[in-house]
Amino acid sequence: MILVLEAAVLGVLTGGVYALMASGLTLIFGVMRIINVGHGALVVLGAYLSFVLWRNLNIDPFVSLVVTMPVMFVLGVILQVVFIRPLKADREALSVLVTYALALGIEGLLGFFFTSNYVQITAWYDTASFPIGNFRITYVYIYGFLLCLAILGAIFLMLYRTTFGGAIRATMLNRTAAQLVGIDVDRVSAVAFGIGMATAAAGGVVFGITNTFNPGSHYDLISRLLTIIVLGGLGSLRGAIIAALIMLVIEDITAVLISPVWADFVFFVVLVVVLLVRPQGLFGLRVRERL
Amino acid sequence: MYDRRVLMLLGLVAVLAVALLLPAIAPDSATTNIAVFTVMYVGLATAWNIMGGYTGYISLGHAGFFGFGSYALGLLLAKLGVAGGYEPFLFVPVAGVLTAVLAAVVGWFALRTRAATFVIVTIAFMFMLQLLAENLTSLTGGGAGLAFPNPPWRGGFFNIPFYYAMLALALVGLAASWWIRRSKFGLGLLAIRDDEDKALAVGVPAGAFKLTAFVISAALVGMIGGVYGYYVTFIYPQFVVDPLIGISMVLMVFLGGLGTLWGPVLGALILEPAQLWLAYNYGVSRLYLVLYSAVFLLVILFMPRGIIPSASELIARRRARAPATRAGATP
Repeated sequence: MILVLEAAVLGVLTGGVYALMASGLTLIFGVMRIINVGHGALVVLGAYLSFVLWRNLNIDPFVSLVVTMPVMFVLGVILQVVFIRPLKADREALSVLVTYALALGIEGLLGFFFTSNYVQITAWYDTASFPIGNFRITYVYIYGFLLCLAILGAIFLMLYRTTFGGAIRATMLNRTAAQLVGIDVDRVSAVAFGIGMATAAAGGVVFGITNTFNPGSHYDLISRLLTIIVLGGLGSLRGAIIAALIMLVIEDITAVLISPVWADFVFFVVLVVVLLVRPQGLFGLRVRERL
Repeated sequence: MYDRRVLMLLGLVAVLAVALLLPAIAPDSATTNIAVFTVMYVGLATAWNIMGGYTGYISLGHAGFFGFGSYALGLLLAKLGVAGGYEPFLFVPVAGVLTAVLAAVVGWFALRTRAATFVIVTIAFMFMLQLLAENLTSLTGGGAGLAFPNPPWRGGFFNIPFYYAMLALALVGLAASWWIRRSKFGLGLLAIRDDEDKALAVGVPAGAFKLTAFVISAALVGMIGGVYGYYVTFIYPQFVVDPLIGISMVLMVFLGGLGTLWGPVLGALILEPAQLWLAYNYGVSRLYLVLYSAVFLLVILFMPRGIIPSASELIARRRARAPATRAGATP
């Protein structure tokens, strides 16, 4: 029982990180109606950026975010302008392929520079732990959770308390109507993509400290993140956050009760159940999106 | 009109003759090896196009069916104790039937969704199969892999039976694709692609049609996966349920022309030799993936409609202009 409780606590803490990564993905979907299959690769890219700063310049991985998040934001804006914006007809299908191609390109480049050996970012807080009741929690999970909470809070403040956030929400609700009231949806889209990539950078750091990773790690990540945003309802930030917490708690408890090798499988089982019972996800508004 | 049809028929016969006689024209095993993989992708792209091109439902998880077919055949042969030789090819249709059953189940829930969600479900399905192949160790051998019976052929002849098996499956796929395009069923699929709600409104049984197309497409891919497994004789989860195989067939269809009969063939004939060349020359440094992704991006950004639709539009425009210039030449 104590093991299950411990797994649940750990699930919530890691769930926070997945919530951050998934919120970027669902924000991009909400604003542009595209599925960024490259999101996992961007998380891995973020992890490698912090890895380099840590290994070569000895910069603390959390501190390195001051550099990597702006860099990834700018890179995201550029990627959106160069690769996503030109797509006119059949955007949904083509954007999946374009972001898939970007994922392969990033994987290839990372493989070229870092080989396919597994690496991990280490710091004092990834081994040091403190006791809660009968078990101990490593500091990195707490720090990671707090970081994600802070960034998610900032995103929500931006979305609900600023004019630009209003423009983003308007674009998510109805792109054409947003255009009609004078919102520059192209600019909103580029910034949203940038924000999505900045969250990927932040998620990547925590991912890189708590996991070993290599350039191919993005496949595993993206299949989890996609399941999370489908469960939460495509384009729903609230949904993505709640779904991430639910999924990671279920996964960690499965790992304890059944076996770690089957923990990943839970994602797919939940996905199938969601599709059968509630295809629009927990917070999805539209019952069926039009092709 | 009559002339064109005869010309096209002659062209078709010529292409078929070259395909059938290729092992005699270029018998060295390096060439026939490339030929096996190229014809394999002709079949895969054609099969993918039946679902992705005709109905517009983009599946990125067809590598799952490829891997499933591969494992299905491998396990069948192992359980029945079939020896290497021509006999394993007889079980390829069985692998196809098993893949069809799987596709019917997967399609039943996956096709409850549209567009974006469907893409996600197919990706998740592929990784689920990969995980199953890895975890069901007692059945699949897990990460240690699954062995096929050893093909008895040696030297330059080794590739030939596999070449003809792949060619036969590609031709079956093309025949199915051709028939579907001309049938009422195919018309229904195209209607679904253009506007599913309107198609439903005019009485197209969209659900049944989509599922049928999905099953046909998956079964063909599964059979090709089976032959592939026998060809490489040793399969691992991440090499047969390979996302790169799944995305390659999609890219070929987009390059040649989505929803056309010959587009997937053309795309595969261009891309697969190029891909093999890239992998051979740059595979070690992983730059291969970068180059592949660059080709991919160029195709999607600059020729999203594919070669065949773009070319036929160009020809149609020149035809339309031709009479006008002739009239202008004789005042």
